[in-house]
Amino acid sequence: MSQTAELKEREDKLQGMGTSLLRKEDAKFIRGQGSYIDDIKLPGMLFGAVVRSPYAHARIKGIDKAKALACPGVVAVLTADDLKPVNLHWMPTLGGDVQAVLADKKVCFQYQEVAMVLASDRYAAYDGAALVEVDYEELPAIVDPKKSMAPDAPIIREDIQDKKEVGHGPRTHPNHIFTWEAGDKAAADAAFKTAEITVREEMLNPRVHPCPLETCGCVASFDKPTGYLTVYMTSQAPHLVRTVLAMLSGIAESKIRVIGGDIGGGFGNKVPVYPGYVVAIVASIVTGVPIKWIESRIDNISTTGFARDYHGVGELAADKDGRIKGLRFSALADHGAFNSHVSATKFPAGLFSICTGSYAIPNAYARVDAVYTNKAPGGVAYRCSLRVTEAIYLIERMMDVLALKLGLDKAEIRRRNFVRSDQFPYTTSLGWTLDSGAYHPALEKVLKAVGYEGLRKEQAAKRADPKSPTLMGIGISTFTEIVGAGPTKVCDILGVGLFDSCEIRIHPTGGVIARLGTMSQGQGHATTYAQIIATELGLPAADIVVEEGDTDKSPYGAGTWGSRSTPVSGAATAMAARKIKDKAKKIAAHLLEVSEGDLEWEIDRFKVKGNPSQAKTMKEICMVAHTGNLPAGMEQGLNAVTYYDPPNLTFPFGAYLCVVDVDKFTGEVKVRRFYALDDCGTRINPMVIEGQIHGGLTEAFAVAMGQQIPFDENGNHLGNSLMDYFLPTAVETPKWETDHTVTLCPHHPLGAKGVAESPHVGGIPCFSNAVIDAFAHLGVTHMDMPHSAWRVWQQCNTLGVNKR
Amino acid sequence: MIPAGFDYHAPRSVADAVKLLGELGPEAKLLAGGHSLLPMMKLRFAEPGHLVDLGRIAELRGISEAGKEIRIGAMTTEHELLRSKLLAEKVPLLVEGAGWIADPQVRYKGTIGGDISHGDPANDQPALMLALEASFVLTGPKGERVVKADGYFLGLYSTQLAEDEILTQIRIPLPAPGSGWSYQKLKRKTGDFATAATAVMLQMKGKSVASVAIALTNAGPTVLKARDAEAYLKGKAIDDASLNEAARLAMKICQPTPDQRGDAEYKVAMCGEMTRRALQAAHARAKG
Repeated sequence: MSQTAELKEREDKLQGMGTSLLRKEDAKFIRGQGSYIDDIKLPGMLFGAVVRSPYAHARIKGIDKAKALACPGVVAVLTADDLKPVNLHWMPTLGGDVQAVLADKKVCFQYQEVAMVLASDRYAAYDGAALVEVDYEELPAIVDPKKSMAPDAPIIREDIQDKKEVGHGPRTHPNHIFTWEAGDKAAADAAFKTAEITVREEMLNPRVHPCPLETCGCVASFDKPTGYLTVYMTSQAPHLVRTVLAMLSGIAESKIRVIGGDIGGGFGNKVPVYPGYVVAIVASIVTGVPIKWIESRIDNISTTGFARDYHGVGELAADKDGRIKGLRFSALADHGAFNSHVSATKFPAGLFSICTGSYAIPNAYARVDAVYTNKAPGGVAYRCSLRVTEAIYLIERMMDVLALKLGLDKAEIRRRNFVRSDQFPYTTSLGWTLDSGAYHPALEKVLKAVGYEGLRKEQAAKRADPKSPTLMGIGISTFTEIVGAGPTKVCDILGVGLFDSCEIRIHPTGGVIARLGTMSQGQGHATTYAQIIATELGLPAADIVVEEGDTDKSPYGAGTWGSRSTPVSGAATAMAARKIKDKAKKIAAHLLEVSEGDLEWEIDRFKVKGNPSQAKTMKEICMVAHTGNLPAGMEQGLNAVTYYDPPNLTFPFGAYLCVVDVDKFTGEVKVRRFYALDDCGTRINPMVIEGQIHGGLTEAFAVAMGQQIPFDENGNHLGNSLMDYFLPTAVETPKWETDHTVTLCPHHPLGAKGVAESPHVGGIPCFSNAVIDAFAHLGVTHMDMPHSAWRVWQQCNTLGVNKR
Repeated sequence: MIPAGFDYHAPRSVADAVKLLGELGPEAKLLAGGHSLLPMMKLRFAEPGHLVDLGRIAELRGISEAGKEIRIGAMTTEHELLRSKLLAEKVPLLVEGAGWIADPQVRYKGTIGGDISHGDPANDQPALMLALEASFVLTGPKGERVVKADGYFLGLYSTQLAEDEILTQIRIPLPAPGSGWSYQKLKRKTGDFATAATAVMLQMKGKSVASVAIALTNAGPTVLKARDAEAYLKGKAIDDASLNEAARLAMKICQPTPDQRGDAEYKVAMCGEMTRRALQAAHARAKG
């Protein structure tokens, strides 16, 4: 065997970084043998069914439990009054507010939790729930956030009516939560005053829901003799949840164990602590038996973890060549009835200030006003890093609006404003330091791949032909993401910094177990992390086991959301592996009787420089590490734990292009082509990355084309089942064409950035830009999502293009 | 999403099922696939005391040709319609229509009889039955009666089927040779009900329409037969002008319920569009 072939064989055996190793976790999933929350069955377990409010806003005049308690199988009915003695009828939220665990005197949104019926099985529990009689006095509801701060608006939150602030600065109205600002308003205003061109557009990111396949739920089990609380739950952040539970319950954190198990998708929905969890826990503490609570699909869409509901206004100022001089973006944020917005403490509007996007914009100002409405509380980051979708939607749409006003091509407007490759690291006017990027080459690669000029020619011909039954649109999105929260100096939740962790233990024969503070919900962590260790330590990925989600086993971490697993825990993994490798090197030097400086690393072994036959493989070293044949003073074992505090977030980017054909007569939008180029730096498992991009694009398609949680004027849900809420199937989903460039992240030990949310963040404006581009020649500058057939037809009908 | 309690019965013959219905009275509901009834029960919109499952009655399944008609057992699944070679050859409209119903999982369990007798104007089979001029065999304690599809649908969830009767068989006269057909359905996604849908059977004589049947799904409280449009088209050529007028006449009778699929304006317009497209497609297939 030639030396090259031998090296390749050794490398291939590892299945390390850069290889499309099939997902190690799939063997159980494709057999239907995952273990999800509803698979957990404990002896003596009771089932909890939640009684929910039919009204969006009402006073509770009385609750009669008698009939429910008489129902066969029903054990207890819990209301706010029952939680009061343990002071758990209210709980703090991640947004600095408090939220009713069970409605205390009034309900503030439809389907709010009013009571929980505990029964021997779920059938009895729901029979009992149907028999709880609640006497309501209906109150006028606020559904439109634009009406929240009217002088005569009904006060939604009487419990905090007199509070001057709820976590984030002064309030100006009882329904006002906070006002957040970033940037230099005076400088931005001055840029607008002197600008040759200004554009302004209002645009809504409608209220949507991440809608994971598995709804939220838990099994809480309190062991009275030992005082231990075990909670099996659908959580993306089990360690943070354990901390919250310790704060809430007064139980020592060492006696609380949160177990994640397999999780059927999260997409942000499974970050918060929900009332259902808390009631189940209290019920278990009181009864001493395990309690299971599982959401129905309607409960999930109606009450837990909505996203968006940002009513934005975008303004750009530019010179006549389209070079942007100023940006002013604002949003009215509808947080529902309680501010349980998920974000790092210091970022009440998330990372909205990434809204300058991929562009060099010298003057910028951003502002978000958050208000209460009689809708479910939130929101969460739906496959995006904390309000990044809202920010990028605004900038990517506004680039098109500006291009239209100037008569410039939509690719050209971007070229003229990109941060150039030679400008990195680049600090934006809103304060973020973009560490790396290569925006021009990415866009040019996409334009070439799709034959952009040809597409524009075809579009021009279609526009000139009045008989064409379709309108053709071309959308471009050249986004920059901000993921991997984050440096503890700026990012914390409830005071806990957003570092993350990895502990690696190596067994004598070379088997590895790695435990992390993150929590996979389908991202392929068991595979990706194993590949990092395989490459770093020269041990086969097949023998590396990854465990997450059990707080008794894993080191502390902030969990998986905001595409932070690879940027933070991936880095922790590499650093922990390197600690082990350093020790291994010392052992190798000892065995080979050379100095460490005489050794070099080659795939899976240390070899003596200039004498390659003298080598020690990592596998050999693993065994030796468990013997007495070690350098003087060295302890046995090859273990390490790393807590990694990233110096910055990571900034993946991409260039997307979408071609749509709009049926003028039905309003249906057909996606003819979608080309997605992503740059996430080092690609650890290309297949897993592709999978993440396919998923993110599909959810972007869902949001842009159909997802919305609609309400009537009284705050009643109008579409909270999967009949109305759009989850695309394979039939509706377009074919995705993917591509990539690689620009390394300079501060990440592997050069990697997050990726799973890029396609969602970048995809949504790309679809909108394509649909609106189909109407651009008719003077249309914006159409709000979702671009459902009905809504697109209304545009056709208004313009008269559907006349025969 | 948990139904109230009920008793479950699984008779093995039509006679036993009819007898059970008589004994159990109005508290009993027939289970004929369950993809409409069970969701209503899970939401507790329906709380029947008894379910009489027709799924184990072998005599209610199957597709056969008998003289000048096709006979389909009421418990034949939508999937079986879709896969039937006999139907593909003799009644292709039913195959095309079945392919638009819900999704594969629903079609494996959902039955033609359940689809028809649920009386939901959003279901697809009622319009297909009207266009095909089908008739239904209803079996009760006094024996069988045969009623025409046209006139069977009385209102929302209301049909001529009496409380003590079971729809046992669907009879479809063999369409004339050379007939054109089409079912055009606009829906938001796989598995959804129609925003609007139109079933058309068309016979041409030379360049003009010899006969046409047009039926509209989800356009009113029941399936609608577009009689004015049918009458207008008779003897006319299929061209832009006649399509426009037929679509206009079909739209005139629509009274759709606004929902998340669209408001009345959109749904009526789509009813016109689906009618136009169904006529065009049927015309392209017709040999006259």
